[in-house]
Amino acid sequence: MAMSTPNADNHPDALADDIVLRAEDLRTHFIMGTRTAKSVDGVTLTVRRGQTLAVVGESGSGKSVTSLSIMRLLSHPGRIVGGRLLYRMRDGGVVDLATLSDKRMRAIRGKEIAMIFQEPMTSLNPLYTVGDQIMEMIRLHEPISRHEARIRARRMLELVEIPAPDKRLDQYPHEMSGGMRQRVMIALALACNPALLIADEPTTALDVTIQAQILDLMRRLQREIGMSILFVTHNLGVVAEIAHEVAVMYAGRVVEQAPVHDLFARPRHPYTKGLLACIPDAKRDRAEDGTRKMLNPIPGSVPSVLALPAGCAYAPRCPLAEAHCESVPPDLLNASPEHLTRCWRHELL
Amino acid sequence: MTDTTHTTQAPDDADILLSVRGLSKQFLTGSGPVKAVEDISFDVRRGQIVGIVGESGSGKTTAGRCLLRLVEPSSGKAIFDGVDLFSLPEKALRAYRRRLQIIFQDPYSSLNPRMRVRDIIGEAIDTHGLAKGAARQARIEELLTRVGLSPEHASRYPNEFSGGQRQRVGIARALAVEPELIIADEPVSALDVSVQAQVLNLIQELQRELGLTMIFISHDLTVVEYLCDEIVVLYLGRIMEQGPARSVYAKPRHPYTRALLATAPVPDPNVRRERVILQGDIPSPLDPPSGCVFRTRCPHAIAACAETVPTRETVGPGHSVACIRQAELAETYQD
Repeated sequence: MAMSTPNADNHPDALADDIVLRAEDLRTHFIMGTRTAKSVDGVTLTVRRGQTLAVVGESGSGKSVTSLSIMRLLSHPGRIVGGRLLYRMRDGGVVDLATLSDKRMRAIRGKEIAMIFQEPMTSLNPLYTVGDQIMEMIRLHEPISRHEARIRARRMLELVEIPAPDKRLDQYPHEMSGGMRQRVMIALALACNPALLIADEPTTALDVTIQAQILDLMRRLQREIGMSILFVTHNLGVVAEIAHEVAVMYAGRVVEQAPVHDLFARPRHPYTKGLLACIPDAKRDRAEDGTRKMLNPIPGSVPSVLALPAGCAYAPRCPLAEAHCESVPPDLLNASPEHLTRCWRHELL
Repeated sequence: MTDTTHTTQAPDDADILLSVRGLSKQFLTGSGPVKAVEDISFDVRRGQIVGIVGESGSGKTTAGRCLLRLVEPSSGKAIFDGVDLFSLPEKALRAYRRRLQIIFQDPYSSLNPRMRVRDIIGEAIDTHGLAKGAARQARIEELLTRVGLSPEHASRYPNEFSGGQRQRVGIARALAVEPELIIADEPVSALDVSVQAQVLNLIQELQRELGLTMIFISHDLTVVEYLCDEIVVLYLGRIMEQGPARSVYAKPRHPYTRALLATAPVPDPNVRRERVILQGDIPSPLDPPSGCVFRTRCPHAIAACAETVPTRETVGPGHSVACIRQAELAETYQD
């Protein structure tokens, strides 16, 4: 995608030292003739060095479009139409990914920022062995021999705890289980030692016992390698397990970002509070004798990104909404120094 | 079969609507026979929700389909209201099909995209000759209202609905024939949590108001703990543990159940649970381990586990476990 904003690299002081990525008012729209889907319409979020930011939201919240925007992997007619994506390179320089040239972006993908997906087969080529794919990735970014690359590839498979790595190097993706393929995809993503890993629902298609293995692996790799992770998920249980910080998305915006304990202990956006109340919890929702209480669903449904409300997008479903909420979109407010919310009435929560 | 929890005869307990005994299903594949379901027995009491939980390859979906004979079982019995569904000839089975209905995970693939909602629901009514003309029309509108849709939705096609609304249409179709037992196969798994809560509430309202009995098949342990009265835990086609949900969740006695509960993510960052992370993958059903099928991933497996298929032992009222080490392990579980 061709963006022509100048000064792409001139933000040396725009990021605090401990921040790896900061999205500021990111807007990614899908323009189809006269209709515009504002899939991402004002996303502000921060990923700190060595930490995991979970981006959580329901279908259509814009969480996946946000991660594809950061990777600049949007497909037509998706386009970043506004905002900045400030990223700190490993050499300390700060770039705006939103306006970087395609050529420079290619050098960043894989080496600085890597991505894994829900379905490993979207990134693995069924026609090549696992070893060849990891070696190709390494040799794309580093001038080393095939022999050296194979040794590195083998080490990557060991890193992600794949048994019998020598045998696995020569296998094709279809010869592996879903959990094993997800490990291979992680190995492929980490092959060039990226500073930031974007993981889009990486455990959603896996059984719970396999999901636990992969989450455990990601936590260990983060501890050992020190990489930062942006973890996209719809599952608040997974968020509680993996995240240091959480950004909650609704209708194309981050409506709340906070450290994980703060978010769960005291959500400061009515949507987050509503989501948590929706998840069945036998301890809360069943009496001593086993009688069930009804759940508290959020009334109504998510607005269409083709026709977002004028004010707060959550106002039509919000128990706290008043006239002001319906006309003026909330700013990102500080509920506490580390706790941001897009709710005019957060003090009531 | 050896089963110390239940008798092998049809139960005389009048509360029991469905009694499954020794249900097995083998599929013949190009690579040999697969025992998808092996010797499953459980009872479903009237008005209760029985949860069947398990991961991929556990046989939970096959078991559900066998009960409706959407898949023909290889052996076993399913005594429904005194009659063995598995031995009924096709013609006699039709009358029972009305009394047992199924709801699928993906309502989109189970609703004909070229039929209006009116015809989808009407077809079920017609098949069993339940209403005609104005009464049929009124029944369709009543059903739509009952599941939280409106009569105007009758003229729409499935693709005009959201996922949650489509699931409501699927439920309306199942209810159209006034079933006594509903088998719900992952009915809320494809839905966002806020929509899932709406559908779970609907299921409960229906269960209470219509006195429905339900088998709820799911991989989601949180939903099952909330919704179900009884729970059956499957692994590679076999029952590992079963019992009242409260008892199984409070005191899981099978290492597999314990691992499942320990790994199910809970939306609370303060929960620091015992981490039982199972090594390795679920084995292929084509080549299941000898003895206890769970032993290859079990942290407590010993040589004897490879020798014999464990029988189910009673560990509490209605609570049974298939593990030869359950008694000695129980002591280490106290926490």
